[in-house]
Amino acid sequence: MHILKRLLACLREYKSTTILTMVFMLGEAVLETFLPFLTANLVNQIQSQAAINDVLRTGILLTIMAIFSMMCGGTAGFTASKAATGLSKNLRHDMFERVQTYSFENIDKFSSSSLVTRMTTDITNLQMAFMMMIRMGLRSPLMFIFSVVMAFIMGGKLAMAFVVVIPVLFVGLLLIGKNAMPAFRRVFKKYDKLNESIEENVRAMRVVKGFSREEYEKKKFDTAAEDIRKDFTRAEQIIALNTPLMQICMYFDMVFILLVGSKMAIIDHSVDIGQISAMITYGVQILMSLMFLSMIYVMVTMSAESAKRIYEVLEEEPTLENPEQALELVSDGSVDFENVSFKYSAQAQKFALADINLHIDSGQTIGIIGGTGSSKSTLVQLIPRLYDVTEGSVKVGGVDVRNYDLEVLRDSVAMVLQKNVLFSGSIKDNLKWGNPEATDEEIQEACRLAQADEFIQTFPDGYDTHIEQGGTNVSGGQKQRLCIARALLKKPKILILDDSTSAVDTKTDALIRQGFKEFIPETTKIIIAQRIASVQEADQIIVLDNGSVSAIGTHEKLLRTNQIYREVYEQQTNGGEK
Amino acid sequence: MPKPVYSKKPNKDVFPRLMKMLFEFYPKLVPITIVCIIFSSVASSIPDMYIQKVIKIIVEALESGWDWSKASEQILPMMMFLIVLYLISTVAITVYSQMMAVITQGFLNKMRQAMFKKMQNLPVRYFDTHKHGDIMSYYTNDIDALRQLISQGLPTLLRAGTVVIAVFFIMMYYSFWLTLLTILGVIAMMLVSKSMGGGSAKYFIRQQKSLGNAEGYIQETMNGQKVVKVFNHEKTCQEEFDEINEQLFQDSYRANAYANTLGPIVMNIGNILYVLVAVIGGVLVLNHVKNYSFSGAVLDVSIVVAFLNMTKQFTGNVNQVAQQINAVVMALAGAERIFNMMDEEPETDEGYVKLVNAEISADGQVKETKKHTGHWAWKHPHKAEGTVTYTPLQGDVRMVDVDFAYEEGKTVLHDVSVYAKPGQKIAFVGATGAGKTTITNLINRFYDIADGKIRYDGININKIRKSDLRRSLGLVLQETNLFTGTVMDNIRYGKLDATDEECITAARLAGADDFITRLPDGYQTELTGNGANLSQGQRQLIAIARAAVADPPVMILDEATSSIDTRTEAIVSAGMDKLMHGRTVFVIAHRLSTVRNSDLIMVLDHGKVIEKGSHDELIAQKGHYYQLYTGAFELE
Repeated sequence: MHILKRLLACLREYKSTTILTMVFMLGEAVLETFLPFLTANLVNQIQSQAAINDVLRTGILLTIMAIFSMMCGGTAGFTASKAATGLSKNLRHDMFERVQTYSFENIDKFSSSSLVTRMTTDITNLQMAFMMMIRMGLRSPLMFIFSVVMAFIMGGKLAMAFVVVIPVLFVGLLLIGKNAMPAFRRVFKKYDKLNESIEENVRAMRVVKGFSREEYEKKKFDTAAEDIRKDFTRAEQIIALNTPLMQICMYFDMVFILLVGSKMAIIDHSVDIGQISAMITYGVQILMSLMFLSMIYVMVTMSAESAKRIYEVLEEEPTLENPEQALELVSDGSVDFENVSFKYSAQAQKFALADINLHIDSGQTIGIIGGTGSSKSTLVQLIPRLYDVTEGSVKVGGVDVRNYDLEVLRDSVAMVLQKNVLFSGSIKDNLKWGNPEATDEEIQEACRLAQADEFIQTFPDGYDTHIEQGGTNVSGGQKQRLCIARALLKKPKILILDDSTSAVDTKTDALIRQGFKEFIPETTKIIIAQRIASVQEADQIIVLDNGSVSAIGTHEKLLRTNQIYREVYEQQTNGGEK
Repeated sequence: MPKPVYSKKPNKDVFPRLMKMLFEFYPKLVPITIVCIIFSSVASSIPDMYIQKVIKIIVEALESGWDWSKASEQILPMMMFLIVLYLISTVAITVYSQMMAVITQGFLNKMRQAMFKKMQNLPVRYFDTHKHGDIMSYYTNDIDALRQLISQGLPTLLRAGTVVIAVFFIMMYYSFWLTLLTILGVIAMMLVSKSMGGGSAKYFIRQQKSLGNAEGYIQETMNGQKVVKVFNHEKTCQEEFDEINEQLFQDSYRANAYANTLGPIVMNIGNILYVLVAVIGGVLVLNHVKNYSFSGAVLDVSIVVAFLNMTKQFTGNVNQVAQQINAVVMALAGAERIFNMMDEEPETDEGYVKLVNAEISADGQVKETKKHTGHWAWKHPHKAEGTVTYTPLQGDVRMVDVDFAYEEGKTVLHDVSVYAKPGQKIAFVGATGAGKTTITNLINRFYDIADGKIRYDGININKIRKSDLRRSLGLVLQETNLFTGTVMDNIRYGKLDATDEECITAARLAGADDFITRLPDGYQTELTGNGANLSQGQRQLIAIARAAVADPPVMILDEATSSIDTRTEAIVSAGMDKLMHGRTVFVIAHRLSTVRNSDLIMVLDHGKVIEKGSHDELIAQKGHYYQLYTGAFELE
C-alpha cells in the first residue's frame, strides 16, 4: 500500500485531471443506471397505450441522458489518458532524476539493463493499470451498486434473484482469480526464462554450431517448452472457468425473473412488464460489472510487480553524500592513500584492496601494473570518490576526498574509464562533455595532445562527424583517444587513464605520453596499463597483486627487485628485437 | 513492448496456412470446439425470442384476465425448454472454453518448438544478417499476438459473428422496420469508429516513434551512467531527457485519448439506438402501423421489449467484431514474420564422410570400433566402388587459392593458401576487416568458399558431415558466449559426457581453475546473463576450458585471450601448448606477443596474404609485420 501511495504522489499536476476523470466516470455510471429505469417507464407507457406526447417526452429525456452519458464517458476517456500518461511521464522523470544521484555502487546494484526495463516496460504496464483503475476501477463498483440498488427499488421481490446469484458469482470469481494468479505468475516467470534461453541461443549460435550441439539444444528446449505448455494450459483452464460461471449465473437470473415475474404479474399484478424488462437489463449490468471487477483485480495484481520495481528505483538511497560544508577548491594534484582498505559490499568476505599506503606528489607520472583481478581499477576509482573507502582515508591535495564538493572533486580529477562510452552526437558534442564552454581552439588543442586531431581531420565532416550510439563508427583506438581528449578538456589537476590506450599502437601511445610531459607537467598523471612500455618512464610504478601493493619504484628498480614486474617484462619482450 | 504494426497488410496465404496448421495439430479438438462455440452462441440468442413470447402471454393474460394456472400451461413448457437449452449451452461453453486453453497452448508450444528446431538448422549467415532483437521478437511479440488471436480473437469472431447473424434473423422474424433502424444505428457506429480510429492510428505511430526515442536515450544514458557521473553531466542529461519525455507524453496522451474516447461514444450510440427503438417502436405500436416480418406477427409491446435486448446484443457483438479486427491484423502480420523465418533455406549438409572411433594397430591399420579409444578416423565410403576407406584423424588442414565473399561482388578473401601440418601453430595477423575471422568461418563451414579448395586430412571438407567436421575443431571466439547454468555445465558443453575430473583438468589447462575455485560456489557457481558476474577475462578462460575438454585435434583461437593480462595469458598458453602438442592450432590475435611463438605467421591485408613466415623471419624481412611489431601501425 505504501508503494502505491509513493507512486501516486508522482501524479502532481495531474491530480486534478485524475479527480476529474473519476467525477465524469461517476456521472456516466449514474446516467447509465438510470437509462433502464426510464426505459421501463417508456415500455409501460407504450403498453398502457399512453398518449404519443408522453412517449415522446420520455424518449427525448432518454436521448438527452444518453448524450450526457456520452459526453461524460468521452471526457473521462480523454482525461484518463492525460492523467495516466502524465503519471508515467512524471514517474520516468523522477526515476531518471533519481538515477542521476546514484553512486557507482547503486548503479552496480541495479545493472543498466534492469534500469532500462524498469523505465520502459514497467512504466508502460503501470500506465495501463492506472488508466484501467481510474476508469473501470470506479465505474464498475459504482455500476454494480447502482444497479443493485435500482434493481431492489424497482424489482421488489424480483430482486431476490440477485441475492442468490451475486454472492455465488462473487465467491466464484474470487476463487478463480486467487487460484489463477499464482499459476500465471509462475508461468510468466518460466516463460521469461525460456525466452532468455532462446536469446542465449541466438547470441551463441556460433558456439552451438561450433560444438555441433544443435540436437542437444533442441531437446533441452523441447523439454522446457513442454513444461511451460502444461503449466500455461492449467493456468488458462482455471481462468477459462470464468465464462461458464458467468453464463450460468446469467441464465439463472433470466429464468428466475421470467418465471417469478410472470407469476407475480398475473396473480396479483405486483410487477408490470416494464419492471420485468428492466430487471433483465439490470441483471446483465450487475454481472458485467462483477466480471469487470475481477478483471481489474487480476490486472492490478499483475502490475504490482512492476510497481514494486519502479518503487525500488525511486527509493534507492544514494550511497554517496555530498558533504555539508564542502571544500570548493582542490589545491594541488597530490594524492595520498593512508591505510586504505576497500570492499565492494559489506557482505563481501574478501577485501578488494587491503591496507594501501601511497604518496603521490603533484605533477608526478605514476604507472600501475598488475594482473586481472589485482584491483588496479578499484584503486584509482577511490581518488575521484566513485566509491568510498571502507577503512582509512584517501586524500587529494592533502584533504580527505570526502570533504570536497563532489562536483569540484570530479572536475579536478579526470578519469578515463576502462569501459568507456561515447554518446550519439557529433565529435564536438562529445568532447564538450569535458567543458561545455570550450572554444574550438581549446578542443583542437586537447585533441592534438591526445593524438586525435590528425584522424579527426581526415573525416569529411571533421569535428562535426556524427558518432553512432556506443561509438560504433570509430575504431577502438580512435575511441580511446577521443575519450582522453574529452578528459583533458576538463583541465584537471589529476588525470587517470584506466587502460585507456590498449588499442592504440605503441608509437602513438608514446607520443601521447610525450605530450603529457611537455604540455601538462603540472597535472598528476596516473596510468594503468598492460604494456610495460606505457609505464616504463613513470616516476613511480606501483605493482599491484591481489589487492595489495607488491612493490613501488622506478622501472630499473623494479626490474631488479620485483619478481612479478620482471616476469611481465620478460613475457612481453622475450624474443623481441626491441 | 514495441508493436510495429499498421504498416503492411499481411499476405493472403497466411490465414489459410495458420488454419491448416491448427486443424492438422488438433483434427478432433478444433472441430468440436467450433461446434460448441456456434451452438452456445445460437443458444444465447434464442432466449430473446422466449422473452418476447413470455411477455406476450403475460400481456394476453392480463388483458383477458387469465388466472396463473391457465397462463402457466403456456409459460411452464417454455421455461422448461429454456432451462434445457441453458443447461446444454452451459455444457458447451464449459467444453469450449476449457478446450481453447488446451488448443491455444498446445498450438503455441508446437509452433515454438518448430521455430526453435528450424532456427537450429539455419546457417550462420542468417544470424549474421538478421538483428538478434528481430529474431527474439518472433518468439515474444509475434507469439504473444498469436496467443491473443487463437485464445480470444478467433473465438470472439466466431461467437460474435454467429450471434450477429442469429439475432439478425430473429429481428427479421419479428419486424423489418425495427431491424432496419438497428442496422442504421450500427452503420452510424461503424462510421464514427472508422473516422476516430484513423486519428488514433496516426498518433499510435507517433507514440511508437517517440517511445523508441525515449527507450534509445534511456538505454544510452544507463549504459554510460558511470561516464555521466565522472563528467558531472547529470543536469544536462536530465534536461535532454525531459524534452524527449515531454514529446512521448504529448504523443501517447493523444493516442490514448482517441482510443479511450471512442469506446464511450460508440457505447452511447448504442444507448441512443436503444431509446430510438423504444420510442419509434412505441409510436409504431400506438399508431398500429402495418408490420412487415417473416412471422407476419402484428407489432406489439412484447416485440418492442424483445427488440430492446436484441438491439443491445446486436450492437455489442458488432462492436466486439470490430475491436478484434485490429488484433487479427496484428497477429497475422506476426504469423507472417514467423512463417518467413520457417521458410528460410536451412543449412544443407551433403557430407557423407563420418568421424568414427578407431583402433590403430601397430602396422598402421585403422579399424572402426564402438569403443572410445582416443583415436579417431574419417570413414569414407566410395559409392562407385562400394568400398569404405578409413583415414586417421590428424588435423592436417590445407587451403588452396581460396576466394570468398559474404556479398556478391565484395571479395573478402582472395587467393588465400594456407598449409597447416599437424602439430603446427599458425597465426593470422592483420587489421580489422583483413579477413582473419573469415578464414576460420570457412574451415568449420559456417560459410562455404566461392572458389578454391579446403582439404582436411586430404579430404574435401564439403564431403565431411558438418557435425563431424565441427566436432573435430575446437573453437574459441573473441565474443565469449556462456550459457545459464553452473560453471561446470558450461565447461561440459564441450563434451557432454565428460566427468567432473575431465572438466577440472581442462580448466587447469586453461588456467581457469585458480579463479573458479575462488568463486563462492566453485565449479557449482551459477552463471546468469552470459556470465555477467565474471570479468571478460574470466569468461574467456572458461570458454577456453570448454574447448579444451572436447580435446579436439584442431583448435581455432580467435582473439581468445584478448582480455586476459599477459601474465595469465602465458599460463594459458603453456597449458594449451601441452594440450595441443602434436596437434594443429590456428591463432588470431591482436596482441603480437600472443602470436610470437607460432610456427607460421600469416599477415593479411585486404583479403590477401602479404607476408608469411616465422616471427624471426618476418622481423628480418623488415616488412609490414616488422612495422606492426615496432609500433608504427595501429592494429585496427
